[in-house]
Amino acid sequence: MSQADQVEQGRRTHHFHGGLRLRHNKKISCQNPVVPPPLPELLVVPLLQHAGDFAEPSVSDGEKVLKGQVIGQCQPCAAIHSPVSGVVEAIEDRPMSHPSGQPGPCVVIRPDGQEQWVQLNPIKDWLEASPEILIAQIQDCGIAGLGGAVFPTHAKTRDGRERQIHTLILNGAECEPYISCDEMLMREQPDKIILGARVLRRALGAERVIIAIEDQMGAVQAALTRSAKLAECKSISVVKVTTIYPEGGERQLIQVLTGLEVPAGGRPSDLGMVCQNVATAAAVADAVVEGKPLIERYITVTGNGVSHPRNFLALIGTPVSHLVDASGGYSNDVARLVIGGPMMGYPVASDDTPVVKASNCLLALTQRDIVAPQPEMPCIRCGECARVCPATLLPQQLHLQIKTGLWDQAKEYGLSACIECGCCDYVCPSHIPLVEWFRYGKGEQRKRVLESEAAELARKRFEEREARLLRVKRERAEKMALRKQLLKDKAAQQDRIRDSIARAESRLKKAGEQPDDA
Amino acid sequence: MTRSFDTGGAPHLPPQTTVAAVMLQVLLALVPGVLAYTWFFGPGMLIQIILAVVFALLFEALMLRWRGRPLKPFINDYSAVVTAVLFALCIPPLAPWWISCIAMLFAIVFAKHLYGGLGQNVFNPAMVGYVVVLISFPQVMTAWLPPLALADYSPGLMDSLATIFTGQIPVAGGWDAATQATPLDTLKTGVDAGRMVPEIRSAPIFGDYGGLGWEWIANWFALGGIFLLYKRTINWHVPVAVIGSVVLLSLPFWLADPDSNPFPLQHIFSGALVLAAFFIATDPVSGCVSNRGRLIFGAGVGITTLIIRRWGGYPDGVAFAVLLMNMAAPLIDRYTRPRMYGE
Repeated sequence: MSQADQVEQGRRTHHFHGGLRLRHNKKISCQNPVVPPPLPELLVVPLLQHAGDFAEPSVSDGEKVLKGQVIGQCQPCAAIHSPVSGVVEAIEDRPMSHPSGQPGPCVVIRPDGQEQWVQLNPIKDWLEASPEILIAQIQDCGIAGLGGAVFPTHAKTRDGRERQIHTLILNGAECEPYISCDEMLMREQPDKIILGARVLRRALGAERVIIAIEDQMGAVQAALTRSAKLAECKSISVVKVTTIYPEGGERQLIQVLTGLEVPAGGRPSDLGMVCQNVATAAAVADAVVEGKPLIERYITVTGNGVSHPRNFLALIGTPVSHLVDASGGYSNDVARLVIGGPMMGYPVASDDTPVVKASNCLLALTQRDIVAPQPEMPCIRCGECARVCPATLLPQQLHLQIKTGLWDQAKEYGLSACIECGCCDYVCPSHIPLVEWFRYGKGEQRKRVLESEAAELARKRFEEREARLLRVKRERAEKMALRKQLLKDKAAQQDRIRDSIARAESRLKKAGEQPDDA
Repeated sequence: MTRSFDTGGAPHLPPQTTVAAVMLQVLLALVPGVLAYTWFFGPGMLIQIILAVVFALLFEALMLRWRGRPLKPFINDYSAVVTAVLFALCIPPLAPWWISCIAMLFAIVFAKHLYGGLGQNVFNPAMVGYVVVLISFPQVMTAWLPPLALADYSPGLMDSLATIFTGQIPVAGGWDAATQATPLDTLKTGVDAGRMVPEIRSAPIFGDYGGLGWEWIANWFALGGIFLLYKRTINWHVPVAVIGSVVLLSLPFWLADPDSNPFPLQHIFSGALVLAAFFIATDPVSGCVSNRGRLIFGAGVGITTLIIRRWGGYPDGVAFAVLLMNMAAPLIDRYTRPRMYGE
């Protein structure tokens, strides 16, 4: 049975190891339809938004830009576009919504309120267009994975096509508590997601599409199934999966849908599959069918720290403080602001950070939600971390290995397979920041690989130099020997010549002594 | 308006549990067994628990001070209390007070803090303390009173206190008259003397399965253990492996020769086996990390206990079995790493 058939049979869902059943807290932000917030006064568009390098700004201070105009270029990464028409006020370092918390180059745009679009180039006949053209359009429109990893979609699609994948999985299982932006998108825009799924399927050359949603998402399944039926698309199926964190992780979702595991160090395409977020599919539909670049996204603004939790369709570059104002402002006891969910999100020190392509959620938490930081205790090896680890690692052992610098053992125990989901952190009775340790350990491991590569290179260089010097020396010695030989030969020849001359002379003398004049 | 926020790390959720909560749960699970113990053997046990806890906390505080560690979080984690209680449950209820002192010295100072404190000990501290006093003071450590139901003399609280602190027992004939061999001891010496098991078991000190009283204490400990399983404080692997291996290994012996081998339930309901299966061998610090490792560890404890009981010099071998398996735990861990996702 081929892998594709196995997937086809995979209507029965499977399980992954460990995971957590967390309180969803999603309903609070699903009460109202999604609206765009009022236009902010300033938009700050960071030039680092994708997995990859910084984009090069293609506009300058004071320049007028149109909505959808390219303002940052990055080959082979995805482009960055202006979310509004207006004037570039500055290109300067600002907080840029990145886990590092470091400021970076951002394009600051003051909107003129005209909403003047740049000339769009939709591919109306996308059903006839070649996959290469579709992939190029996806790249030009700056589409990246909207689930949070922001890997450029064109690269993933091209890779999937080259590796002849058979199944496209659309991930609608946003398993982290509080986040509801994908659910709202699926509720409100099922047609667009189905359209995006068809475009991506064509670009990938995939046979079928599985849309995975969570079992507590109510009306979403019916909506998506109806849209798929309307589109007369039989190759799309919608599958409900049980809500267990981190089900929305690519590797866990594949395991749940198919029972197969992505090989260690490999990618889903090794199993003939590609995973994309549902929001990415919707963005692809906009990009290909309407020509619109990625300049806005659904984002959940939620938590006990805001007055009216809800979802927004926010322009990229909108300061999060603006979104909080639009949802009624902070509650009095707000304490922490998190970009992303409570498990994998990162805290930001101030609310002037902008919405970026990766921002799926803004979570405002009160002191009551987070509790004062607990003192870290030694590990008592209780093994809770191993019980919940979806990668079936032994976090308690890895922690010890990293702490004591046993790098070879840490490698053997699968440090690189950690998906940093934070389940171990959550259950640890000793409150050890395990994921932080694992990130540090991975960094050290990378450094060690680089160092050993550099050492290897240096060793090779040294050996080659030694060999060259030896060769030069040998060649010189050989040359010397040759020259010596030549000189010797020459000397011998001269000796011989001298001898023969002498002999000749002596003969002549003898002859001369002969009384020939007698 | 921009405001600033605190930037603590993920996960941004209240922590689920603490070390102290885990330890308290273990202590809570021991309550029914301790009550049963007091019911059958008098209040001496409670005095022993208090003594051991006091000494354990004293040594814990001294060592923390000496090692320059903060007192509060480590005293409040209750780990020393668990060690003390588990030790106190293993000794005769009227053992002299200095037994606890010496045992806790070895348990807390040597087995725990000299190895690096909480989480770093190779050996189960309670068992180290117990084995040290068992080997050093065998006479004191085997001076068990019979269960109250069989005893001519049943000491009350004040009598027990007096005996523990003075070493005098207010019984005509002194200790020799008051004490009696434990069921396991009776069985061992009986079998060694060539008597048959059914014959030995007809003595009043035996109950339906194990020793009179002992079997009920074991039941109540098992109940506490099941509570811990339900609360997921311990995994099923170790208790099942300990008890399962004892049953599986003693069954063929008993079937082949029921006259000189006790039947499996007798083994389980005697001595400290149930306590060890649920509370001692499940100590995560000195045990194995993977489920497969825990099965091997538990089976090792069960098998070693049986070997010591059958052929060794001690009537019960649980403490030695646990310490021997503690030694083997790192090696077992090395060969039982679970398969990783995608491996």
